[in-house]
Amino acid sequence: MYDAPHTERDVDQQDIKISARKVQVYYGTTHAIKDVDCDIEDKTVTAFIGPSGCGKSTFLRCLNRMNDTIDVCRVEGDISIDGEDIYDKRVDPVQLRAKVGMVFQKPNPFPKSIYDNIAYGPRIHGLAKSKADLDEIVEKSLRRGAIWDEVKDRLDAPGTGLSGGQQQRLCIARAIATEPEVLLMDEPCSALDPIATSQVEELIDELRQDYSVVIVTHSMQQAARVSQKTAFFHLGNLVEFGDTGKIFTNPVDSRTESYITGRIG
Amino acid sequence: MTDASMDTPRPRRAKTSLVSEDARTKKRNAAEKRFQAYGIAAIATGLFFLAVLAFSIVRSGLPAFTTTVVDVNFTLTQEQFDEAEGQLFKTKAYSGYFITALQKKLEAENVQVAFDEAAIERIMGKIGGTLREYYTANPDQLGQEVAFKLNASSRVDGYFKGRVQRETLQDSRFLTLADLDLVDALAEAGIVHSAFDWGFITGADSGVDNPGGAGIGASVVGSFFMMLVVLFLSLPIGVAASIYLEEFAPQNRWTDMIEVNISNLAAVPSIVFGILGLAVFIQFMHLPQSAPLVGGLVLTLMTLPTIIISTRASLKAVPPSIRDAALGVGASKMQSVFHHVLPLAMPGILTGTIIGLAQALGETAPLLLIGMVGFVARGYPDGFISGFTDPNSAMPAQIYTWAARADQAFYEKAWGGIIILLIFLLTMNIIAIILRRRFERRW
Repeated sequence: MYDAPHTERDVDQQDIKISARKVQVYYGTTHAIKDVDCDIEDKTVTAFIGPSGCGKSTFLRCLNRMNDTIDVCRVEGDISIDGEDIYDKRVDPVQLRAKVGMVFQKPNPFPKSIYDNIAYGPRIHGLAKSKADLDEIVEKSLRRGAIWDEVKDRLDAPGTGLSGGQQQRLCIARAIATEPEVLLMDEPCSALDPIATSQVEELIDELRQDYSVVIVTHSMQQAARVSQKTAFFHLGNLVEFGDTGKIFTNPVDSRTESYITGRIG
Repeated sequence: MTDASMDTPRPRRAKTSLVSEDARTKKRNAAEKRFQAYGIAAIATGLFFLAVLAFSIVRSGLPAFTTTVVDVNFTLTQEQFDEAEGQLFKTKAYSGYFITALQKKLEAENVQVAFDEAAIERIMGKIGGTLREYYTANPDQLGQEVAFKLNASSRVDGYFKGRVQRETLQDSRFLTLADLDLVDALAEAGIVHSAFDWGFITGADSGVDNPGGAGIGASVVGSFFMMLVVLFLSLPIGVAASIYLEEFAPQNRWTDMIEVNISNLAAVPSIVFGILGLAVFIQFMHLPQSAPLVGGLVLTLMTLPTIIISTRASLKAVPPSIRDAALGVGASKMQSVFHHVLPLAMPGILTGTIIGLAQALGETAPLLLIGMVGFVARGYPDGFISGFTDPNSAMPAQIYTWAARADQAFYEKAWGGIIILLIFLLTMNIIAIILRRRFERRW
């Protein structure tokens, strides 16, 4: 069993990567996110926890403007990455998403070969100058995605033919192939079994070396295992945000404590 | 009161055995069986009618594919040719030679029958003219035996196919009872017999007085050019419209209205499109009448809603996770649509298109109004461009024209035309199935 006593891990102070101020999100007339202030650090895993419908996924999707695809969704407030407002009129969401990669709840490889799954992002962004370049990017990404050894002999096989855990690692490899600076993960393990989950968690921990990782999870154990910072959302409010160790051992807010101890959810 | 009733324990359900059905289960199972029986009965009824339809089409239509021919080996010498050409009634001389030859042949076969020139002309047309035409064009064949294959008149053809019967035949200038005796004698000698009629498949329509010469070929070509117009207009327009509506357009009152209108257009009677085409394309834009180009334009209007509806349905069926995945790696909206969504929706789009085309292929009503019905296509277009602009007919319009003509022989042609039309429709549907199988991908 994978075991990581993160609660005792000391947390280095890192630079602020993403900074959110007074973020409001509305779905039509529903006020889904209320007044959220949050600073997400570089080279850190930040976990968003909270009961279903509390707005953690919505907030995550604000960070790479995936909410733009929903007609009725409206975002107010400031979110900036490296000091640049991502909701500025001049920002092209496509460029933003190349910088802020995303992994979804359900593994969603393209119905194409494993190679093409990884190569798609670099191709559309023009990251590879030659076939050899592209091959290198694919191999590097699959290695970083901890799936290279399992698929190196069948890069032409369809990505949809892999097992659930492999598919999700393929999706992570696909997300890092475009060399993002931030990686958003929306419940990446909810469709996986415990073994696949622990593989993905290990991977997340490794990715921390280079990326700022934000993960939404329903599993508090997972949050405790992989993250250095934890944010607890409840009914659209960011109730508490701080070092993971502190949130799980000594929460300030009574609602956090109730949730962590399983009394609300 | 309340207390008492609350205190009394609820009576336990009576103990029942699992191996025997209780009354409720029996009723439920009976209802289920009845429902299945209704379903099977409905399917059986449908199949029965289909079988009746197919049988009657084949039975009535098959005779259209055969024709009655007169096979005669005939030799004309140089002297006979010169002699005939020197006479005043040249064709009469030719038919004289032919009749003599025919009589000799019948004597050799030991068949006794008397006939004159008029009877021969009633049976196989103006033989003198045919012979003269042939030998003037091919003088090198003089003195050699030539096998002539002449089409029997449509009444003789009808006699062979059972359409014309001795009992009901009244002597007319077209056919007499004595002629039938001659036909029987000729058939006995092996001179008159049935043969497959390639002319029906490759030929053009003939006039009302010559049902034997009518073929569906030219109208197949007309239908082909119409379908080309429909395909190359409705597929790109329909797919572009559906992609925009489904993937890009905001959801508001305008798009809702457009959506409702498209659905309504699919239900508009086709004759309305015909009158629209007449008003816009012919009267206002002055495009040529009866042309496959105009027919194609009208049918495009009719096919568009079908293609848009099926394309939108297949775009909707692509899981949203694929769009998310593409957007998530930084693809633009258009890239996500063209690289990922469209390929996955392709089988549905192709199937919808082919079904739309098949519908258009069988459409007659709009063609009535733009003049493609009633036009007698006497030949093929000369080239590719004139295929679009020359007056022509289309398969269903040709069938309609034939069915409306008085001569019984055309009725048979109409059924034959239906068989050809159905073969085309069947082929298109099979292609749709094959394309669907080939392009279908799982995710």
